[in-house]
Amino acid sequence: MGFLSYFISGVSLGAVYAIIALGYTMVYGIARMLNFAHGDIIMVGGFVIFTVVSTLGMPPLLGIVVAVAACTLLGVTTERVAYRPLREASSLAVLITAIGVSYLLQNIALLVFGSNPRQFTSVVTLPNLVLAGGALTISSTTIVTIISCIIIMIGLTAFINKTKMGQAMLAVSEDRGAASLMGIDVNKTIAVTFAIGSALAAIAGALLCSAYPSLTPYTGSMPGIKAFTAAVFGGIGSIPGALIGGIVLGVIENLSKAYISSQLSDAIVFAVLIIVLLVRPTGILGRKINEKV
Amino acid sequence: MAKKTTMDAARTTVKAGNATAPAGAPQNAAQTARTPQNAARAAQTPQNAAQAARTPQNAGQAAGKPRNTQAAGAESNGSFPTLEVRNLSISFGGLKAVDGFNVVIEKGQLYGLIGPNGAGKTTVFNLLTGVYKPDTGTIHLDGKNITGKKTIEINQEGIARTFQNIRLFKDLSVLDNVKVGLHNHHKYSTLEGILRLPSFYKVEKEMNERAMELLSVFDLDKECDYKASNLPYGKQRKLEIARALATDPKLLLLDEPAAGMNPNETSELMETIRFVREKFGMTILLIEHDMKLVAGICEKLTVLNFGQVLTQGDTSEVLNDRRVITAYLGE
Amino acid sequence: MTKNKVRIQNAVTYGMVVLFWVVIQIMDRTGHLTSLFKGLLVPLCMYAILAVSLNLTVGILGELSLGHAGFMCLGAFSGAFLTNCLETAVPSMGLRFFMALILGAVVAGIFGLLIGIPVLRLKGDYLAIVTLAFGEIIKNLINVLYVGRDVNGFHFSMKDTTSLGMDKETGVVLIKGAQGITGTPRAATFTIGILLLLLTLFIVLNLIHSRAGRAIMSIRDNRIAAESIGINITKYKLMAFSISAALAGMAGVLYAHSLSTLQASSNNFGYNKSILILVFVVLGGLGNMRGSIIAAMLLTALPELLRGLNDYRMLIYAVVLIVMTIFNSSPKAIEIRSMVLSRIRGGAKKEVA
Repeated sequence: MGFLSYFISGVSLGAVYAIIALGYTMVYGIARMLNFAHGDIIMVGGFVIFTVVSTLGMPPLLGIVVAVAACTLLGVTTERVAYRPLREASSLAVLITAIGVSYLLQNIALLVFGSNPRQFTSVVTLPNLVLAGGALTISSTTIVTIISCIIIMIGLTAFINKTKMGQAMLAVSEDRGAASLMGIDVNKTIAVTFAIGSALAAIAGALLCSAYPSLTPYTGSMPGIKAFTAAVFGGIGSIPGALIGGIVLGVIENLSKAYISSQLSDAIVFAVLIIVLLVRPTGILGRKINEKV
Repeated sequence: MAKKTTMDAARTTVKAGNATAPAGAPQNAAQTARTPQNAARAAQTPQNAAQAARTPQNAGQAAGKPRNTQAAGAESNGSFPTLEVRNLSISFGGLKAVDGFNVVIEKGQLYGLIGPNGAGKTTVFNLLTGVYKPDTGTIHLDGKNITGKKTIEINQEGIARTFQNIRLFKDLSVLDNVKVGLHNHHKYSTLEGILRLPSFYKVEKEMNERAMELLSVFDLDKECDYKASNLPYGKQRKLEIARALATDPKLLLLDEPAAGMNPNETSELMETIRFVREKFGMTILLIEHDMKLVAGICEKLTVLNFGQVLTQGDTSEVLNDRRVITAYLGE
Repeated sequence: MTKNKVRIQNAVTYGMVVLFWVVIQIMDRTGHLTSLFKGLLVPLCMYAILAVSLNLTVGILGELSLGHAGFMCLGAFSGAFLTNCLETAVPSMGLRFFMALILGAVVAGIFGLLIGIPVLRLKGDYLAIVTLAFGEIIKNLINVLYVGRDVNGFHFSMKDTTSLGMDKETGVVLIKGAQGITGTPRAATFTIGILLLLLTLFIVLNLIHSRAGRAIMSIRDNRIAAESIGINITKYKLMAFSISAALAGMAGVLYAHSLSTLQASSNNFGYNKSILILVFVVLGGLGNMRGSIIAAMLLTALPELLRGLNDYRMLIYAVVLIVMTIFNSSPKAIEIRSMVLSRIRGGAKKEVA
């Protein structure tokens, strides 16, 4: 039973990674940039909920709605102010700006909330699920996380395949120049991508902080890196890849924490990533790129 | 003492370059090439050199067998053609991109590979240079089997190429582009380079001289400090040829050298290609769509269509072949 | 000709470093250095070395590496370990430090080679994430490493001190897991830092302007063309990557000898440190070693100089980073800049006329 419980909480952690990884993968696929600040949007989402729920005493659901709205706005604003001017610049320059945005968000949070960890009250208020006569308890947060992840996956896939904007995203990710010649507003498409990615980050923030309730200005950065790892692992640019990568990573991390060493769990996660990339250089579901001579 | 060795080395270098000079070329032509200044002067008067080279060419053809005269003796094995390809094939996912390709190119020939778009011409180049490994067939260079070797080994064996879409080292200077080409011929170790030992200065000097000599052949010596990407288009094409020649090849592959050029640039390029053949005694295989250029400089042609050899032979005969016209223009 | 221009450029770079040393010496003698700034001098040199060495990988080889801190970590620990091990065998601290520098560079260089062999086949962002992963793995492994020594020799463990199973009388713990190495002599001085920076510059600049350097840059500019003219891609990629790693290792040894306690914490050697070094490289200009030094020194000193602003300093740092990058790289900013420049020049000409 111990194994099963570790496994399930691993899947839950992986579901959070998957939701963050979706944001990473969409932004990478469409804007061709590594958004290093993505993890910090999670942290901002967490603090917004913390403020609304714990400080103002509002219901958790309202907290989530406000956080999603705030993060969406934040995502679109940073894209407009910091990334769009560099659309035609080298990808390294954009990377550095993203790092700057990441520092900026962390330090604003540091100024407002200080460096002491804040206790986050779970947004999930349902009772835990007790199975097999008490031998296996699954926390309600875990269940809600997994269900949210599934809903988001289905919703996002439908959005991309069925809507005009979704098709525009696919077109821009395929060939930005050709897409704009076909009359697609590239700037708008990228802005929408950032909006969706940031909204997902807010939800991920709510779920992550519910499971790991200590909230600091640096809460988002390691999960952000892990989620990026998950996105690369699954094949960056691929939505099912992000799901697979997230879940696999979450499970590996949790199991190695439980059975090998809690200090080495990160090293093990990264080692698995390296092995996968050496066998499949573009990730599990990534497309093979051939350079034409 | 040190100075003397430098000069000796420099002379050996130039001699190595001359080893592939046209068979039976007049002695004085070889001598003029020995110093950079003279080489530049020779460049300005191509007629003499052209004549000199054309004579042995005809002689070789008249005799009906490959040439094996004193100048080629050092590195060629005598009676072998420079390039001999037999039954070369490759397919990509079921599509036969090149199917049973054959060609024999004699030393000093200027050979054209033509065919409609998508016929597999560049794929043939990629097979010859080891970018792709052939499914079947053999490639012999100067009688040596080089089938299946890696790109860098094939270059060291003596095949150099240019690319359809120019591939220069864009952030390096024009001079450095050629010096990278000299990489495997003028050596000192990395440690000698970092510590700036005398060998560094000596070899770098040789490299500079040799590179300037090559650049002056292409009239690029004045631009040697330019960043390669700042050269005008036509000169970039020339620089790519110079860089390929720097590797001292036996066979030079040119992939659509006239692509994107205007008629003036094209005719200048024709002169350059002719001159390269004569100055360096180079064997050249080129892919080209510009029929004026092909008809103007190629002695022999192979026509490729849907990966297969449609016909091959002397340029004038091939270009008048009905099948070739059909392949290009349709029924 | 270019050769002379290169020589002048390099001389300016060396001269700048030497001048910096002289100015600091004068300020120190005349008592114009605050203790805060004094404490900053060795880190300034260290970051400059790290930036120059990373620029070799990112700017000259053209591969994005986010694992530089990992190599620095390897160098720091192997160097500090050696210095502590030889405390009795080699009484001269200077000699021990020197040996530590060499060992740190060699260890980091070997790891650079070992990691580079599999990793350099990957491209672009994939390479970036894998180097980041390697950096984190190195940090995490050293964090759980315990090494002790007694009469029977060395003992290793990945668990704790007791599982080293050492002789009670003679056993000494040298590396203590997350607590790291303590008691390394603080042998690193500003002058040594400057000398190491000059050495780094000497190696990197001479490498770039030599046969091997041209081969490395040709791979960066066009791998396929480089291969077609017989350049051994793997060899030169590995060469650049491992030299870069070795120099980072040397910087790590310098760092280890400026602290009394060395820990493999995220703060010291995490991916954030690698990113910080990358920021220096990009802002200083890819392939521009002098720029790397200036960016590393300014950006290292900036938060300290802003210390008066306390909580706002990192905020300002972040804003400076964003604004500088946009100003440097945005096509529009470049256009405006050149417009303003030409107007100034145009105005100057008019005045002359």
